[in-house]
Amino acid sequence: MLSRTASHLFWMSRYLERAENLARMLDVSFTLSLLRQKSWDTTLEISAPLSTTGTLAMYQEKHGSVTPEALLHFLAWDQDNPASILSCLKNARENAHAVRGQITSEMWENINATWLEVRKLALNQSQNPGQFFEWVKERSHLFRGVTYGTILRNQAYSFIRLGTFLERADNTARILNVNSHLIQPADYNKAPDFYHWSALLKSISAFESYQQIYREEITPATVSELLILRKDMPRALLACMNELHTIFEFIQGENGRLAKRKVAEVCARLGYTDIQEVFDEGLQNWLGRFLKDIQEIGDLIHVAYLDAA
Amino acid sequence: MHALTLPAAHLFDEMLLPSGVVRPHYQRFAQWLHEQSPKTLAQKHQEADLLFRRVGITFAVYGDESGAERLIPFDTIPRIIPGAEWQHLEAGLRQRVSAINAFLHDIYHEQHILKAGLIPEEQVYQNAQYQPAMQGVALPHQIYAHITGVDIIRHNDGGFYVLEDNLRVPSGVSYMIEDRRMMMRLFPELFSRHTIAPVEHYPSLLLKTLRHATHVDDPTVIVLTPGHFNSAYFEHAFLAQQMGVELVEGRDLFVKNDRVYMRTTAGHKQVDVIYRRIDDAFLDPLAFRADSLLGVPGLLSVYRNGNVVLANAIGTGVADDKSIYPYVPDMIRFYLSEEPILNNVTTWQCRKPQEMDYVLAHLSELVVKEVHGAGGYGMLIGPTASKQELEDFRVRIKSNPSNYIAQPTLSLSSCPTFVDSGIAPRHIDLRPFVLTGREITMVAGGLTRVALKNGSLVVNSSQGGGTKDTWVLED
Repeated sequence: MLSRTASHLFWMSRYLERAENLARMLDVSFTLSLLRQKSWDTTLEISAPLSTTGTLAMYQEKHGSVTPEALLHFLAWDQDNPASILSCLKNARENAHAVRGQITSEMWENINATWLEVRKLALNQSQNPGQFFEWVKERSHLFRGVTYGTILRNQAYSFIRLGTFLERADNTARILNVNSHLIQPADYNKAPDFYHWSALLKSISAFESYQQIYREEITPATVSELLILRKDMPRALLACMNELHTIFEFIQGENGRLAKRKVAEVCARLGYTDIQEVFDEGLQNWLGRFLKDIQEIGDLIHVAYLDAA
Repeated sequence: MHALTLPAAHLFDEMLLPSGVVRPHYQRFAQWLHEQSPKTLAQKHQEADLLFRRVGITFAVYGDESGAERLIPFDTIPRIIPGAEWQHLEAGLRQRVSAINAFLHDIYHEQHILKAGLIPEEQVYQNAQYQPAMQGVALPHQIYAHITGVDIIRHNDGGFYVLEDNLRVPSGVSYMIEDRRMMMRLFPELFSRHTIAPVEHYPSLLLKTLRHATHVDDPTVIVLTPGHFNSAYFEHAFLAQQMGVELVEGRDLFVKNDRVYMRTTAGHKQVDVIYRRIDDAFLDPLAFRADSLLGVPGLLSVYRNGNVVLANAIGTGVADDKSIYPYVPDMIRFYLSEEPILNNVTTWQCRKPQEMDYVLAHLSELVVKEVHGAGGYGMLIGPTASKQELEDFRVRIKSNPSNYIAQPTLSLSSCPTFVDSGIAPRHIDLRPFVLTGREITMVAGGLTRVALKNGSLVVNSSQGGGTKDTWVLED
């Protein structure tokens, strides 16, 4: 497969996954802001997506204080914000456009229709935010389903999935990281704030899974364990890393050696880690290190496969 | 009932006589049309629009600042060709393309036709499309034009005339296939009422042609595109996908040790046949335009040494130039010892003083074209031109006679088409695609383009033309 093609496929799925995760984060923020409008200052929760996406400074420069309306516009519709849902969907579509010969026509029709529709929605932005976030998630689910159901299990499929799981690992870690700032290490095993942590679980479609696995009070410790160390939880870090590890086995060629080794290392580390060790290191530190690993894997993938050298 | 505008008496309409009587090969379709309510058909039209937009069959319009993509309008009334007429066309196309390939080989080798005095030497040597670098280069099977798109019109005398042979990078074949798919999706019942020759196997014929274009066993074939900002990018991607080959840009390729390679995730891979959708001038910045970022440095040298095949060959433009066009019937006689089956349009060459005098004296009756023009730009349609336009062209012709040719104003035949007022005749042409490999192959029919403006003869998509599905009836 052409390096440039692989790069377009990889970024197509990364951007789509990013749009989906952003919609998930925003959904939580907006739900929370509805739950607590009077008794509590919600600024911290509302602005969490800004910290997660690293756009807080850009936002403040443009809008100053954080209001739900301005934040929604900035993160959902702002074309000048490269991290907005609109920008992500645009980039996903443009990458798909460049390789439309390598994806199935159903995939192209799907991602192109998403872009045409979101462009139309962006014109009046009158939709209820919750509905819009649902729609983004649904389009992303649909695209993954169409991909799974139609594309040949070849290199293209591998690079599409690499993008998905690398981005997902990155996003889950970021969501957890931002929330880890809200608790003190001493409170890891307490249940300080049911709504907050249940909303977090819901944002990554993990609420039901949590109930099934733990059947107990929601605490930062159990949530962290679920999102970091469960290999059966599709958006957990270990599950994402295991996927990457499996995908790499199908990518031919010697040039991915370093990327493969790094993924194997991270898999091994996560696979034999206890959540208490994570807390001993400090959740924030641990997650910071993990995000650096993800960054490094992304760079190694670029060097090995994607940059036409 | 549909509001139907009948064709004018002096025009040839593919479906209707001026009296409104339906020609025999359109009768089943007319019957079906009669059964449909205008509302249903209007809905289907909208549906087609939506589907095309979703599938992304759009094209970028040059000069449109917004960079917007537009749909090429699609009309749901098919252009129907009786089987016998197609057989005649097909025989004529085979003959014409064979002669043109023989001409190209001859021009770049012994030049018998020049020595015989049939074509003046300067017509070839002074032609900007003539590539001296191709002189003496041996090509596999002596094929130059692997893919030819021949523009054909029907005049009001009912006869077919070849307007132009497109030998460089003819486009439009994807619309031919997508139009058919769309018609089958919208009106499946029509296809059970008629026996229509299929067109969807074109990509497999193309792949076969390209694989045959080299002596290499099991060659690696690729499609080379200028990139996704090109107006025909959809087609490049479509053909690559349908053939199951890589779609590459110049930056994906490089030359090393006299071979062409592409950069892949598994390392470098040698390329044997390049179906290039890039003009000669942009192929190799070392040999042609140095400012081209689209091409591959060093490609020409590998090509000349026979280590890669380009389809079409470099330098084919010398044969589809409007100044060479008048000689095609002579080529057919010279190389094949046959009489031409398809008509050429009478052409006056302004470089000949006598013919220029005639053109200037009859300017308001003629169509004047630039010798190297394409896409309907830079032409004068005498009968509809303003006085000012006529005078402008008179000056332009006089100042550079050899840049212009003139032809009688041919009245393109019309075909009923959906317009705002209902159904009305609109002018159409036909572009069949001829493939030259081990043998000459083509799918029956081609792309029918339609000028959607009332009375307009310009069918180019860049100037408001649309397309129709083209049916060759198997009778």
